[in-house]
Formats: sequence, structure tokens, C-alpha cells
Amino acid sequence: MNLEKQQHLQQLALRVREHIVHLSTDGGCFTGASLSCADLLVYLYADCLNVRPDNLQDPNRDYLFLSKGHDVPALYGTFVELGFLDKDRLAQHLSTDDHIYWHPNRNVPGVEFHSGSLGHLPSVALGVAMDCRMRGQDNKVIVITGDGELNEGTVWESLLVASAHQVNNLTLVVDRNHFQANVATEDLIPLEPLAPKFEAFGCAVRRIDGHDFSQLEDAFSALPFSDTKPSVIICDTVRGRGLPSIEARADRWFCNFSAEEVEDLLRELHSQEATNLTSETLTVR
Amino acid sequence: MTYEELIKETALADDRLVVMTAENRALIRNLPAVLGPRFIDTGITEQTLIGAAAGLALRGRVPVVHALATFLTLRAFEFIRTDVGIGKLPVKLSGFVPGFLSDGNGPTHQAIEDVSLMRGIPGMTVFAPADEADMLAMLPAIWASPVPAYVRVNTRPATYEHAPFEIGKAEIVAEGTDVTILTYGMLFEQTLVARELLQAQGKSVGLINLRSLKPVDETALLDVVRRGSLIVTVEDHFITGGLYSILAEVLLRNQLMARVLPLALEERWYRPGRLSAVLEHEGFTGQHIARRIAEALGETTENISAGPAVMENHFAE
Repeated sequence: MNLEKQQHLQQLALRVREHIVHLSTDGGCFTGASLSCADLLVYLYADCLNVRPDNLQDPNRDYLFLSKGHDVPALYGTFVELGFLDKDRLAQHLSTDDHIYWHPNRNVPGVEFHSGSLGHLPSVALGVAMDCRMRGQDNKVIVITGDGELNEGTVWESLLVASAHQVNNLTLVVDRNHFQANVATEDLIPLEPLAPKFEAFGCAVRRIDGHDFSQLEDAFSALPFSDTKPSVIICDTVRGRGLPSIEARADRWFCNFSAEEVEDLLRELHSQEATNLTSETLTVR
Repeated sequence: MTYEELIKETALADDRLVVMTAENRALIRNLPAVLGPRFIDTGITEQTLIGAAAGLALRGRVPVVHALATFLTLRAFEFIRTDVGIGKLPVKLSGFVPGFLSDGNGPTHQAIEDVSLMRGIPGMTVFAPADEADMLAMLPAIWASPVPAYVRVNTRPATYEHAPFEIGKAEIVAEGTDVTILTYGMLFEQTLVARELLQAQGKSVGLINLRSLKPVDETALLDVVRRGSLIVTVEDHFITGGLYSILAEVLLRNQLMARVLPLALEERWYRPGRLSAVLEHEGFTGQHIARRIAEALGETTENISAGPAVMENHFAE
């Protein structure tokens, strides 16, 4: 990837992170989980997928399903930056006058399907991928899961079925930020070695740094990895990426910052100077 | 015509229709060869089956989805509620061996809360045909409707010639002044027998086939209530959430009272066995139903004769 494109994507991702921070107050949102996949979503929508505000009804578009629905601030931030969604609607966060809440829904243009209950969209994406293939299309069908989400048996069930049916136009992407709701994944339900697990389920797997746009481009432009297997891309990421004061912290999954903290965190995004956070940490589950 | 022939005919005429199964092929064994990629067997994965059906429906397909009724409605409940229900997608659920039809399988296989669960989902429609002929008459309208649907599959041969089907309409078999039996599904056959036995005792017995449970025919129910006689709900379902509950809801909504005898499964699973033995043990043969109704009417039951033998189920699954 050339430097110019890389800088462009970095600038986009920075603005998406600003949106995430702005949404992390007055009720809050899943800040940590959103920041870890911001780069991934920016890369996919800005540079990889054939999906734009003007082709959302086109059956030949690429599909992205966000199965870890709680990182919707990263999705909506990306949508605002790329013209899918009016920025004013983000100001309606948690207002019952709009549909901007903690999980994605189809009242927001660009959202392919609602999510929130983990382990659902791998199978929904499988159905879409099967239909695209049945109709002879070569569009991509991507589903993004969390790593904690891999606790859910239905993720694996879907891959078994996708593998059995050789659904090679389906790609499962794991936002491997190493945390589930309250604890590190490896302290609760260890996932490693992760790539061999997917391989054992019949998938073709690559593992990359999910914050490195060049690596994202290299992996996604190589899809499908196999003619007969579903693809899996494990993106190693950092929970809270971009805000050192909350990075990789188990207690900063869901955040509801004060207005002052938001200002400090916006500065931190640009300067990387740690903010002194005084708001209480929240345990959601 | 059989279920398989109907689905084949419908699918060949409408390429939106996709047949899916979680390896429940009892009624659709010959379809893979006919439908090719439009026959999708996901293996024993009810949740993935439903999620994938939702995905196919998002793309404009109408998936007709097969699994044992209990695994379909229970194992995959959240997927039905969350993917199909919230998505308002036209996924058509065919629940195999519901209610007493799982005869010898045991409680793990007894779908006797399926009506309750499915009708609790906003936008879901629920149907329980009385027999194969009733089902084949109902399915075209159910598959053609743009909303999700759950069907209690019933392939028992008909012992009655049914009226044409309309979604939301009950089939009024007979009107009666002493008692009216409300039922659905495979017990319709037994209530027909019960009605004959009671009529032979000089009773005037109404009978209604509530083949469309949601939407339910509220007008038909209110007509019965206004008649003022005993109402008997007969169902192979837990007493909670099925027809008895539906009737109670209609009564309350209309500020009405009625004398109702519920014949249902109260707080327990039924004793597994051959279908005839199950109906006998649980008190749901035509003769038992007639006896229980006669008792409620304060009548002597000695003269109620036995009805015809119950035909056994012909599925081992």
C-alpha cells in the first residue's frame, strides 16, 4: 500500500475514533470494543468492499455483517465519514426519536442486518453467501465477530456447515482484541492456538495485525484463500486502540465518560498523552 | 398429492422457494435431486439452519425450513425470535412430529409448548392443520404470505372433507347448543369421534377446527361464547400458552366470561408410547374426550361406546 493511501486511511480512522469518543458519554457505549475494529472497518468500507451509499440495494454489492454488534460506534463513525449516514443522527444517540443505540439495526442505511446477540450473523452471512453463489455472483460476504464471541457454539456450527458446503465466498473476520466483556479471553475461555482451530473446521486462515492497513490490504485482496473453503482472517488488535489511557484494559469495555473526559480523550487521540480518567469503570455483564 | 409433491410443484413454479432442513428428510427425501442447490441440508444444526434461512430470506428467497418441531422451536428459538422475528422475514417453519405425533420418542421430543413459543413472537403466524388434506390446502397461502410462519406438520390421512382455507379463519365443522369443542391439529380426528359419540347420546355438539391459531378467528370464538354453552378446548399442548390461553385472551379482551373445560397437558410431559397407547393413557381418544365432556355436562358416561381404533403413526423419526 502506498504511503498516500495509508495516510488517507489513518486520517479517516482518526475521525472515526473521534466519533467513538463522542458517543462514549451521556449514556455511553462500548468504547473499547469499538476502537479495536475501527481500522478494520475503515479499511473495508473505504478501500476494499464494493458497497457505497448509492449501491445499497444492488444485489451484487459486497456484504458486511457486524456480528459483534456492540462495536456499532465504529461502524456508524465509518458510515458518517463515507456518506452513508448523516452526522446529525449520531447526536441522536440513545434518543428514542432515532434508531442510534448500542447495537446495529436496519433503520440505519448500510446496516445489512441487526445484531447484538452474539453468534448469530455467521449463519445469516452463510445464508447470504449461499444465495450469492447460487446466483453465480462473485461478491464478497464478510462477517466480523469478536474473539469473546467465539465462545458461542453457533460460530463453529456455521463454519462446519460453510465448510461442508464449500462456501468459499464467505469470510469470517475475527477482531482478536484479546478481551471479552470483563476479562482477558485467555483467562476465561482460552482461544489459542486459534488459527489451527479454524483450520480444523475446514477454513483457510490468515492472521494479521488488524491495525496495519498494508497487512489488511494484503489479506483481503488475496480473498478467497481457497476455491473450496470459507476464509478466516484473524485480526490481532488492541482493545481501546488509540487511547493509551484505556488500551488493553479489562474494565474499559463499556465507557460512559464525563464531558471533560471526552475533551481530554479527544486530545489524547491526537497527542497520545494519557488522560487522567476519573469516571467509574462499568461492568455491563 | 403429498407434502413433498406440493413443495416440489411450488418450488418449480417459484424460484424464490428454497427447501432447507436440519437433516430431517422424512417428508422431502426426493427433493435434492429435483431442486439441486435449492435444497440445503445443514446437518443437525437447527440454529445455523434458521440463521442461514434468514440470510436467504434477506436475499429475496422464501425458505421452507424443516426440523423436528421441538428442536426447531426450542433449540433454535432465539434465532427464530431474533433473526426471523425482528427481521420480519418470510421464513416458513415446518415443525415435524409436533404434539402427540412424537409418540414413542419421549419428553425430549415432545413439542407441546411450540404454539405458545411461536405465537409469542411479534409478526409470527401459527398454523396447525387437522390432517394431511387440511395441511395441503393450507400451505400454498401460508408460503405465499410475506410474513414468517410456523406450521405444525401433520400428514395423518383425513377423515373429514375440509372447507377451503383462509388465513385467520376457523373451520366451523358444526354448531351445537350443548357444547362446542375447539381444537387444532391431529386431535381434530379424535374430536370428530367424540362429537359423534356425544351426538349419539342426544347432545348437540359444535366443533371448530382452529387451523389458523395466529391470526385466530376471533369472530368465530366470540360467536361460540355468545351461544353460552360449555366450551371445550382440546389440544396436544401444555395448558399454558396454547388454545386455552388464546381463548382466555379473547374473552378478557372482550370483557366476557364463559364456562370452559380445557383438555390439555397440565404441568407435565406425556407418557411416551405407540400413538394409540398415548392417546388412551392421556385421555385423548375420541371416547375419552366424549367421556370427559359428558362428565363436565353432568351426564352419565356409561353408554359412551368406543370409537374406531386410533391409527398408529407411520414415522419412526
